[in-house]
Amino acid sequence: MSNYDSSAIQEFNGGVWVFCEQRQGAMMSTSYELISEGRRLANELGTKLYGLLLGSGIEGLAKELGGYGADGVYVCDHPLLANYTTDGYTKVICDVIRAYKPEVMLIGATNIGRDLGPRCAARLHTGLCADCTHLDIDMGIYKDFLHSASTLPADKIDALNTAMVMGEKHDVSRDLKMTRPAFGGHLMASIICPRFRPAMATVRPGVMKKAAFDQAKADACEIIKPEFSLTQDDLETEVVEVVKAAKKLVDLIGADVVVSVGRGISKDVEGGIKLAEELAEVLGGVVGSSRAVVDSGWISADHQVGQTGKTVHPKIYIALGISGAIQHKAGMQDSECIIAVNKNDTAPIFEIADYGICGDLFKVTPLLIEAIKAAKAAK
Amino acid sequence: MKIIVCVKQVPDTSGKVAVNPDGTLNRASMATITNPDDLNAVEAALQLKEETGAQVIVVSMGPPPAEGMLREILARSADKAVLVSGREFGGSDTYATSQILAAAINKIGLEDDDVVFCGRQAIDGDTAQVGPQIAEKLGLPQVSYAADIHKEGDTLTIKRMLEDGYMTIKVHTPCLITCIKELNTPRYMSVGGVFEAYSKPYEVLDYNALKDDPLIDPSTIGLKGSPTNILTSFTPPQKGAGMMLEGADRATCEKLAGIMAAKHMI
Amino acid sequence: MDFHLSKEQEMVRKMYREFAETEVKPLAEEIDEEERFPMETVEKMAKLGMMGIYFPKQYGGAGGDVLSYAMCVEELAKVCGTTAVIVSAHTSLCCAPIFEHGTEEQKMKYLPDLLSGRKIGAFGLTEPGAGTDASGQQTMAVKNENGDYVLNGTKCFITNGNVADTFVIFAMTDKSKGNHGISAFIVEKSFPGFSTGKHEKKMGIRGSSTCDLIFEDCVVPKENLLGQEGKGFKIAMMTLDGGRIGIAAQALGLGEGAVNEAIKYTQERVQFGRRISQFQNTQFQLADMHTRMQAAQFLVYSAAMKKQNHEPYSMDAAMAKLFAAEAASDVTRRAVQLFGGYGYTREYPVERMMRDAKITEIYEGTSEVQRMVISSHLGVK
Repeated sequence: MSNYDSSAIQEFNGGVWVFCEQRQGAMMSTSYELISEGRRLANELGTKLYGLLLGSGIEGLAKELGGYGADGVYVCDHPLLANYTTDGYTKVICDVIRAYKPEVMLIGATNIGRDLGPRCAARLHTGLCADCTHLDIDMGIYKDFLHSASTLPADKIDALNTAMVMGEKHDVSRDLKMTRPAFGGHLMASIICPRFRPAMATVRPGVMKKAAFDQAKADACEIIKPEFSLTQDDLETEVVEVVKAAKKLVDLIGADVVVSVGRGISKDVEGGIKLAEELAEVLGGVVGSSRAVVDSGWISADHQVGQTGKTVHPKIYIALGISGAIQHKAGMQDSECIIAVNKNDTAPIFEIADYGICGDLFKVTPLLIEAIKAAKAAK
Repeated sequence: MKIIVCVKQVPDTSGKVAVNPDGTLNRASMATITNPDDLNAVEAALQLKEETGAQVIVVSMGPPPAEGMLREILARSADKAVLVSGREFGGSDTYATSQILAAAINKIGLEDDDVVFCGRQAIDGDTAQVGPQIAEKLGLPQVSYAADIHKEGDTLTIKRMLEDGYMTIKVHTPCLITCIKELNTPRYMSVGGVFEAYSKPYEVLDYNALKDDPLIDPSTIGLKGSPTNILTSFTPPQKGAGMMLEGADRATCEKLAGIMAAKHMI
Repeated sequence: MDFHLSKEQEMVRKMYREFAETEVKPLAEEIDEEERFPMETVEKMAKLGMMGIYFPKQYGGAGGDVLSYAMCVEELAKVCGTTAVIVSAHTSLCCAPIFEHGTEEQKMKYLPDLLSGRKIGAFGLTEPGAGTDASGQQTMAVKNENGDYVLNGTKCFITNGNVADTFVIFAMTDKSKGNHGISAFIVEKSFPGFSTGKHEKKMGIRGSSTCDLIFEDCVVPKENLLGQEGKGFKIAMMTLDGGRIGIAAQALGLGEGAVNEAIKYTQERVQFGRRISQFQNTQFQLADMHTRMQAAQFLVYSAAMKKQNHEPYSMDAAMAKLFAAEAASDVTRRAVQLFGGYGYTREYPVERMMRDAKITEIYEGTSEVQRMVISSHLGVK
């Protein structure tokens, strides 16, 4: 006999749901990504995919979700939902989930999604996995993923069909396998929510691929308007204003991407720095430099990376024309991914670079900017 | 008025991270620190204490050695520390952890003019879930991602950061706020504070101390009360020794951009 | 002998270390280069109680102990010799004599500002003609008709001289009595007839303020006599005993800081295809360097604990300072050698540490004076 109630979770047969976040009437792009991913999960479960859209005067946004794979969209339109509030959104979402019982609920791991998700999961008494980067239902696909993205032994992966849950073996083949990084990416973990529904995940924006838009599917998308109640008394927080900020300057230490220039820019200092700025702009990063560039007065000292400058560990560090002296490496060698461009193929920077291009930064950088722009557009 | 701050002791993942052969973290070999965002929460509480004269109580769930971390927060001029510790609490996921911490806060006693502060997220799990889930369990309004806090009477005005800007939110006490590093710069311990830290009130709440709270039930705490289970954990493949791309032309750059796209760097 | 630190001492060391790494280290190169007194750092240290560590709270102190004061100077010196000596001179040479020899009125008047770091303290004993031979004091203090003292003379090489508000000054009140004619005074910067001379350009600890103090008919109220008339020399010697713990801790920190830098560098620097840490010479050098500093640490901590426990510690402080200063000079010099050419440049901190270390063999009693103190305690005549 099972020591938890598996029949209760079988009632949750209302499909895969995606919370489709919009801000001020504009759909967040991660909503389309999650609809696209949710389609695959729904297919693997043999169930339907629904969007859940909250807001005020936002019904017009709903059909487009169908174009990315939603069979239908639950639309909760109310003046009190115009701005996101934790209490208002949580109440409506939990009421609708209790009524329609989805099996899976995906939420974009935006600042709003990560505020909303845990609150809903706590109210619904279910499990939530934060900031996922990979989702699976189908065991074959999941195992293929583990074979390629983990260092687990192949036989261990192949034998992975059950988990110990409440002291007994539980078949995970119909559970949502939610994979996410922990400990700053040093470890990955696959999480399941075997005993409660919906299985909830917040998903890191930009990770899931957006499907091609299909107008016919958009036209066929069903709009459902569930009943819900919401009054001013339900709201304990008041949104006074919502401000869209001009792009904030990111400091070197907190930046996810740093594009640094070295002595290699000497033949055209201004041009070299401008290229670095353009590349940083494309990647949403900031410009750094080696000590030589600062000492020559080409750039201000706050840009300096290295022993006597700042220590950085961004996700991407691009070194343009930097030889990689020990004092520079000391400040950047812990970056997650290091890309180096240098004319000299024996430059020490290549010893620690993940990807190296031996070439003239003035020729390579413009091509790289173009290629990255093209790759982004293709996403 | 009381300010309750929830903090967590975490392994210091800023340096080298040790992983056991079975893919779990080798916590024993790693130094522990106070979770960085939690220090921003502590600082927010101490600043509010300086404005209002409120009492600052710091709460942590963890094993007995977490006392050292709590004493360090007392040395920053918090008034009292509570360690929630018990075998029954082990293996808790965020849901179960929030049940236990909410029960501990109930035990401390939450009054109408009180505020609960948490850090946005801990660097070990990076979930950002426990703060909002405590708020739900306590029935408190929450404001997460706080980058600025002003209190006037029982109203807090909070700048809540979004990816593309911010919201200004008004909320009344009692409430729960999660803090981000932009909120403030955590203070150091002071010499005087260090020499007082071990004589300040320090309380340990175990299972027996909390078991009468309806939130504490074998089905809602610990491993068995956790809705989520870890199916497997693993390390990603080792970083290659580095790869020199061939050529330095358009095709080379397109290849690199392709790799970056495949690895979600762009 | 108990080699274990208390929980408070462990915790306060962690705090000093975080402070030193975050607030002090980033400025060390700049203040050395520009010979700039780091007032902003002093203000931060003041807020944290670091300017009055081992004094009671009733006078505005932090309520710590002498060892946690020595550890503070040590941790600061690991990253910046200048910042370390600011704390040491202020604490040991000004706050301590007022606390130990002052009347209750003097303590209540001067200590709260000093211990909270609102004001900085300094000590004036050395004169152009009275260095190691401190008894050759030329500064005169003559009583006027009100019973106040009128000081005339010049002090030199005064640490914190240009930034201090409060000075403990020594002067002859009765030249005929030699050492027994020296008296100590608390002098405020604002007293008429007091002025400071130009900043001395130094080899090391270049951010610290060092200058002459000039007394021209400077009137010091009679209530500012520190201790009894004629007891000044004794106060000076007792003060220097305590000061030596501070300087020994500074030397200790400088040496330890250089060892840390050398360990880090030699594991990164590659020559002949190997990290230079893989060469046995490097390993043996580092082993010797660390051992010397560890021995110095035991001497320094032992002297600090004895002072805390009110045991005689004069010889212990002399041994600690002698050994730590010579060890620091040796270890910092060896660190520069391990760094090679880079070590000789200002790209790396070890050349600064070597320059800073040298003064620890000279001020607050040269190594030769320490040997005199130690041998006299041994009864060797």
